[in-house]
Amino acid sequence: MSARLYYIASNTFREAVRDRVLYNLIAFALLLSAAAILVGQISMSIEKLVVINLGLTAVSLFGVVIAIFVGISLVSKEIEKRTLYTVLSRPVRRWEFIIGKFFGLAGTLVVNTFFMAIGVFAALLYVAHHFTRPDALMLVAFYFIILEFSIICALALLFSSFSTPLLSAIFAFSLFVIGSYSDDLRSFAAAATGPTHWLTTAVSYLVPNFSALNVISAVAHGQSLSGQLILHNTLYALSYTALALSGAVLIFERRNLK
Amino acid sequence: MNERTNTTVIASLCLVFFLGTTVVVGRSLDHLRPQGPAEDVLYLDSPKLAKRASLGYDGLMACLYWTRAVQYFGHRHHEHAPTFNQLAPLLEITTQLDPHMLVAYEFGANFLAPAPPNGAGEPARAIQLIEYGIQHNPPDWHLYYNLGFIYYLDLKDYTKAAQAFAQGAQVPDAHPFLKTMAAQMAQHAGEFSTARMLWTTTYDTSNDELIRQSAFDHLRALKVDEDVTHLQEAVTQFGEQTGRLPASMAELLASMHVPGVPVDPENMPYRLDKTGRVLVANPDDFPYLTRGLPPGYKPLPPYARAHQ
Amino acid sequence: MSAIEIQGLEKVYSVGFWRTRPKRALYPLQLAVEDGEIFGFLGPNGAGKTTTLKLLMGLVFPTAGSARILGQHWTDPAVKAQIGFLPEQPYFYDYLTAHELLNYYAQLSGVPAKQRTRKVEDVLQRVGLKDVKGVQLRKFSKGMLQRAGIAQAILHDPKLIFLDEPMSGLDPIGRREVRDLMEELKARGKTVFFSTHILSDAEALCDRVAIIHQGKLRGEGAVEELTSSVQGQVEVVWQGTQVPASVKALGGECHVTGETTRAVLPETKQDAAIDALRRERLRLVSIIPLRTSLEAYFVEKVQHVETSAGGKV
Repeated sequence: MSARLYYIASNTFREAVRDRVLYNLIAFALLLSAAAILVGQISMSIEKLVVINLGLTAVSLFGVVIAIFVGISLVSKEIEKRTLYTVLSRPVRRWEFIIGKFFGLAGTLVVNTFFMAIGVFAALLYVAHHFTRPDALMLVAFYFIILEFSIICALALLFSSFSTPLLSAIFAFSLFVIGSYSDDLRSFAAAATGPTHWLTTAVSYLVPNFSALNVISAVAHGQSLSGQLILHNTLYALSYTALALSGAVLIFERRNLK
Repeated sequence: MNERTNTTVIASLCLVFFLGTTVVVGRSLDHLRPQGPAEDVLYLDSPKLAKRASLGYDGLMACLYWTRAVQYFGHRHHEHAPTFNQLAPLLEITTQLDPHMLVAYEFGANFLAPAPPNGAGEPARAIQLIEYGIQHNPPDWHLYYNLGFIYYLDLKDYTKAAQAFAQGAQVPDAHPFLKTMAAQMAQHAGEFSTARMLWTTTYDTSNDELIRQSAFDHLRALKVDEDVTHLQEAVTQFGEQTGRLPASMAELLASMHVPGVPVDPENMPYRLDKTGRVLVANPDDFPYLTRGLPPGYKPLPPYARAHQ
Repeated sequence: MSAIEIQGLEKVYSVGFWRTRPKRALYPLQLAVEDGEIFGFLGPNGAGKTTTLKLLMGLVFPTAGSARILGQHWTDPAVKAQIGFLPEQPYFYDYLTAHELLNYYAQLSGVPAKQRTRKVEDVLQRVGLKDVKGVQLRKFSKGMLQRAGIAQAILHDPKLIFLDEPMSGLDPIGRREVRDLMEELKARGKTVFFSTHILSDAEALCDRVAIIHQGKLRGEGAVEELTSSVQGQVEVVWQGTQVPASVKALGGECHVTGETTRAVLPETKQDAAIDALRRERLRLVSIIPLRTSLEAYFVEKVQHVETSAGGKV
């Protein structure tokens, strides 16, 4: 079983690479270099702030876009193009297919983020000329971004297990946007009364809490992040990922592949 | 069929289990983090940046920032916070994104101008905010009212207050009190009746809960202030007539020929201390109180009161 | 032992926006396929052939009924290791090369690592794709893709192979190759179940066939038997374009084609015809007894349904 998971995951990774997904790194590198050079020239007192904010935001956004579009095509495209039929006619369990795809996709994003992180640190070095202690916090920010990707990948798989590619992309992207405003959603919920209060509270718990995972601003200002927060975010991301994947497995298991 | 059923059951159980853990960890996460914007860091603290970042969806962003402003203020009040640094930027961003959000200006007047712990203590910025509002909206008496409010209450600049009220009075559907207020400013600025008029108008015309509560509390404090002032004058008179201080509140009341015992809005009678000061029974009942307080008294932050 | 035993498998889909309208794709099907035979599953497009295959593959779940494949419950994962499947108009991961694709499938089929390379090479050889094994599938022609499809179906040496319209889109050479391959599989003792709407292929290859139309089984039997009924007529062909009166008098139709003439006569008149031609000194080219073709059987079964039920069942 685990061997098949590994084979599916590595084939998925190979697909992403050959699909020229990793070319996004080039666009990213260009963007970041241009920004770093520009900022270095103008020499305002907030070079570090710009590089860290821009760098981390770009990593996050690029990754989310990849996670959604590649993730959607993983299942939807396979069903559409019927590559799935020859896979499932083999001793491959449907759940292995989903979980294998997840690890393949997540793996691609981790590798992608790794290279991007190097880019951001390089740009930072260029504008600031040396690293300081608080810069290590960026590693935490990257870690949280990866946790974010884990949730998005799982959601992409969940939606594509039952919906068309276009709708799946819309759902996943919407959840990303709403999840990013998670804190505000909680504010709305707190201010509401009666049934609206319960409804919005329930929604705010169902929607992934990306506000908690977004520490870009704090890291840019060199603020420390508690171990408690890291632990909680890790548990939360794992839990939410498992939730979405359970849903994906369940739906895919019951589905007629017409 | 067996394996399919197995997988279905296991996946369903996992779904329920992880839903539970997600909610539990989610709640724990919420308690861990401060609500609303980070302590003193706003991700986009420039209104221009915020406007650009909203990609044209200004109205929605304005609503978002408004909600944040209200939550920020309410939350910090509850936590006895000494500063409200983010309130001005939040309101400024809100009104940049949507200059027609009148309630934001009203909020600024009521909570941006007054000194801590009742507000952010930035009357100048509050005035800037409202003047921006006046610039970007068709003539609206509320805005002039808010302006006059700040000049009167926080800056004690009665001339400017009169001007603002007078301008407001000229707006076609203005509240009748504006004209009266403009006139009052000239001679009776420092009087209780003027203040009472102001707060009553605020209470009657505002739709925001926090603002109305504030107006209500102010009115109560005003009543106590008034009572204490009258009683204190009576003590002075007593002193002039008898050459000594009244031995007790009862004696003072007898000399005043007042039927019954004057009580504060909490139905507690006023006290007289050894030095002839008139004191309110429980100062904690009345935020915004300026008279009748025992020496060395420190008021509780207003909203802590509400939760006792 | 039967390789496949279909016991009342049926499928009704729920269609419409609220998924309430029932749409029947397959009536309860009762069918058996024996070990070691080539079985043809025939029917027009939309008859329910692909639905049946998908049910057997576990891609679609039946409304009722069950099946046994190689003696085991059809949903048993162990079964999958012993079967191969080629879907209709297959499409594969086009970013992979033929070699990588087959290797991946071999991994998923549980072929031990040591044997993988050898088996992949072998099967590439058998389907004639050895030269292009390093080419990405996106560059393959339709025929090559079909061959790759067959390769993945037989690579792990399954006992039973399912092929859905294996000849579709192939040129005559391609079709010949696929036919040869199927015969080869039979020679190796495998069972082949394939669906098609091209009757000549079925007639040439199959031991037994079943005909399905509008979701129902319409006919079933050994090809030999179905086509053996002699119509009781012969076809006589002779050199020349003349039709002698004596031959014409025997009845039957005469057609002239190029330099030969063809006449269809009742079998009983066969000898009389030969004598007549000899008398007229016309050279006999051939005498062939006419048999029912599978096509005729097919058309009869299918049309019967359409006329008797007014087109829809």
